[in-house]
Amino acid sequence: MVTLADYLVLSAVVFALGLYAVVTRRNGVAILMGIELMLNAANINLVAFNKYAAPGAVQGQIFALIVITLAACEAAVGLALVLAAYRSLETIHVDEINVMRW
Amino acid sequence: MTPYAWLIPLLPLLAFALVIWRGDRLPGRGAYVSIAGIALAGLCGLVLLGETAFGRRADLTYQWVVLGGRPLTVGFIVDPLSAVMTAMVGVVASLITIYSVGYMEGDPRFSRFFAYLSLFQFSMLFLVLADNFLFIYAGWELVGLCSYLLIGFWFERPAAARAALKAFVTTRVGDFSMMIGILILFLHTGTLSFSGVFHGIAAGRIGGPLLTLAAILVFGGAVGKSAQIPLHVWLPDAMEGPTPVSALIHAATMVAAGVYLVARTYPLFVQSPGHEALTVVAYVGGITAIVAATMGVVEDDIKRVLAYSTMSQLGYMLMGLGVLGYTAGMFHLITHAFFKALLFLGAGSVIHAVATNNMKEMGGLARAMPVTFWTFLVATLALTGIPPFSGFFSKDAILLAAYAQDRTLWLLGTIGAFVTAFYMGRLTWYTFAGSYRGGGHPHESPTVMTVPLVILGVAAAVLGFLESPFERYVRFPGVEAPAPNAPLLAVSVLVALAGWAAAAAIYHWRLIPSAALRRYLRAPYTLLVHKYYVDDLYGWVFLKVGGLVVLLAGAFDRYVVDGLVNAVGWLTGRLGWVLRFLQTGREENYLLLIFLGLVVIVLVRLVR
Amino acid sequence: MTGEAIAFYGLAAVILVSGLVVVGSPNIVHSAVALVPAFLGITGIYILLGAEFVAGIQVLIYAGAITVLVLFVIMLTEGGTGLRQQQRNEQGPIGASVAVAIAVLLIAGVTHTTWGRGAGTLPAYTPGAIGRSFLGTNLLAFEGTSIVLLVSLIGAIIIARKEE
Repeated sequence: MVTLADYLVLSAVVFALGLYAVVTRRNGVAILMGIELMLNAANINLVAFNKYAAPGAVQGQIFALIVITLAACEAAVGLALVLAAYRSLETIHVDEINVMRW
Repeated sequence: MTPYAWLIPLLPLLAFALVIWRGDRLPGRGAYVSIAGIALAGLCGLVLLGETAFGRRADLTYQWVVLGGRPLTVGFIVDPLSAVMTAMVGVVASLITIYSVGYMEGDPRFSRFFAYLSLFQFSMLFLVLADNFLFIYAGWELVGLCSYLLIGFWFERPAAARAALKAFVTTRVGDFSMMIGILILFLHTGTLSFSGVFHGIAAGRIGGPLLTLAAILVFGGAVGKSAQIPLHVWLPDAMEGPTPVSALIHAATMVAAGVYLVARTYPLFVQSPGHEALTVVAYVGGITAIVAATMGVVEDDIKRVLAYSTMSQLGYMLMGLGVLGYTAGMFHLITHAFFKALLFLGAGSVIHAVATNNMKEMGGLARAMPVTFWTFLVATLALTGIPPFSGFFSKDAILLAAYAQDRTLWLLGTIGAFVTAFYMGRLTWYTFAGSYRGGGHPHESPTVMTVPLVILGVAAAVLGFLESPFERYVRFPGVEAPAPNAPLLAVSVLVALAGWAAAAAIYHWRLIPSAALRRYLRAPYTLLVHKYYVDDLYGWVFLKVGGLVVLLAGAFDRYVVDGLVNAVGWLTGRLGWVLRFLQTGREENYLLLIFLGLVVIVLVRLVR
Repeated sequence: MTGEAIAFYGLAAVILVSGLVVVGSPNIVHSAVALVPAFLGITGIYILLGAEFVAGIQVLIYAGAITVLVLFVIMLTEGGTGLRQQQRNEQGPIGASVAVAIAVLLIAGVTHTTWGRGAGTLPAYTPGAIGRSFLGTNLLAFEGTSIVLLVSLIGAIIIARKEE
């Protein structure tokens, strides 16, 4: 039988994957994908806790829904930023965006 | 006069200040002011002599400064020892200063010479009247400075400049030893004044081997200043200075300061267990007496012969003090001051006339310079100990004390007397007898130079008769002069006459030509000419040691000092290189650091 | 092995493999496309956890809108050229170690804790419960989220607009 711990382990691994992507990738869009993975991992956590630790109400799912919504907003804005950056700087590799650095 | 004894050194100091500041515009280009300064001081010294002869004593102390709760008292002492020294210095220095007016005539730095003379006179009087180690050390250093200035007076001559430096550095070694000795005494007795230290010794604050060590270290200063072996190397070279300087500083006064020091600090030596310190003093003096005399035999420079003679006679004085002949040693110091000053002034008169120091180029000057010759002869007879001149009385007092204390030293002294008579005879015959071998026109010196010669000559002749009053006057409690021993006196006179005879045989009647002697005694002759290779030894040692020090210091500076500095720089560079990544301006680096920090914190928390 | 367990491990495998493709692929388009199975796998997880409404929303928003958005942006920027460029920056190894370390720490923490069991059961029909909750206890969060949506909508348009 699947315990809470299994879901939490899964979410930890997905979070780690997302973190690796954020820290390591050069492409701005890839970084945003990593962020989505991390948010999803958090969601798995929330829903799992809802089922196993506090099943009386649906609070965890509410929280998860809000997170999904906000993730969508954030993805939209972030990708808009990537587009804008590409238009003026001709690149989306974050290590090449150093116009403001000395 | 006694309460105002502190004025005596100030008179020549004032003269110095005046002459160095406005020398050329003063009457006589500063000479008269200088003479006035020392003559007045000499007069006061004679008054002091009179007063102390009638039992007057004084210790004029002033509290100078409070050091850490303990007051430092300094001052001047008036007692027979300091009074007789003050009078001697005053009289002899006055005569020499008057003589210098004639000798230094025409010299471009005439007034400065007299300024330096006055400064020296101040320093010497200050030294002699001091009642504490601080003042005597200050005076010690000051006379050393004046010696440097005056030896190197004609500094355009490289030999003179080198000689001045050699004198200063060599005496510095002695001064250093003296300072260590003074510090040991101060450490144990808590005071620098002579009376305080002597009370401390009597109270047992310092004694045994430590006292002997302190005494020997203080004696080290005397070894340097009085040119005893092993610090004797500077005195012959010091003859580069003008002859009045040689007369004043290196015959009568400064070199005598070493003997004075031993006499003044006599309790140190007497209280050292088994008289060990006294034995050291006596043997250093005795060995120097004979070794210096032998070196004087082969010199051709008239002043150098006299320099070795001075060295030798100072050895006699120290030997006298060492064999508990306190009065004898001091008496010889006084008589020696007069006849040695006379010898040097006479030599100066000769040099002034024939423009050379080399005796081989002189001769027949007795007829050309009668006053010089007769006064010189009186002084020579005094030096070699021929009665009734003063040297006979003083030197024999020493030999008498030596015979009573240590036969070996008496033997050394007697052999030394033979050699002394020999080299002085040699000098006299070379310089004054025969016919003139040089190229100039020798003539008698001007009156301003001959009058001091005559005055000194009279003193050299008659001072010996003042031996008994002197014995009653300058004494050390508990030390008695031994009874006169007629056979001993006869032996001394015979030995001196034998020396004269030998000199006559070789240099006057040419019974044995000196060239032949040089050939047959080649090995000893070479040894003596090279001054027993002591100078060479010192030079080699210091070159080697100095070279080693230079090598070590250089290596240390390059590898350790520079190495440290370079290492700091290198380290900073590496550290900067490593820490660069904290501030790249790139988000991904910062994010990584955040999560890395998180991991580290959790791990640390887990480990604890 | 219960059916739930089989489903869980299968879904977990799908999620992890696609996740690896997302984060590791040198081709950005492959990464973007691999997002879909990942999100679908997570949808399955939600269903296993009895959160059907959330699962539905996940498919709609994530697999539907966000993935498409990502693909659009990739095509509009240089990712669409198909050029293979260096995708990993220079802190790859350290980043991997840090990620692994965090995963290990989390897993260690999770498995060493005894989790309590809560009381009660999930409602059978979750959309109703969620709807009632949104209009009841979580009204403020609901309204706030709508405002955020509005703001980000306007913001995205303005940022991505062509300069005139």
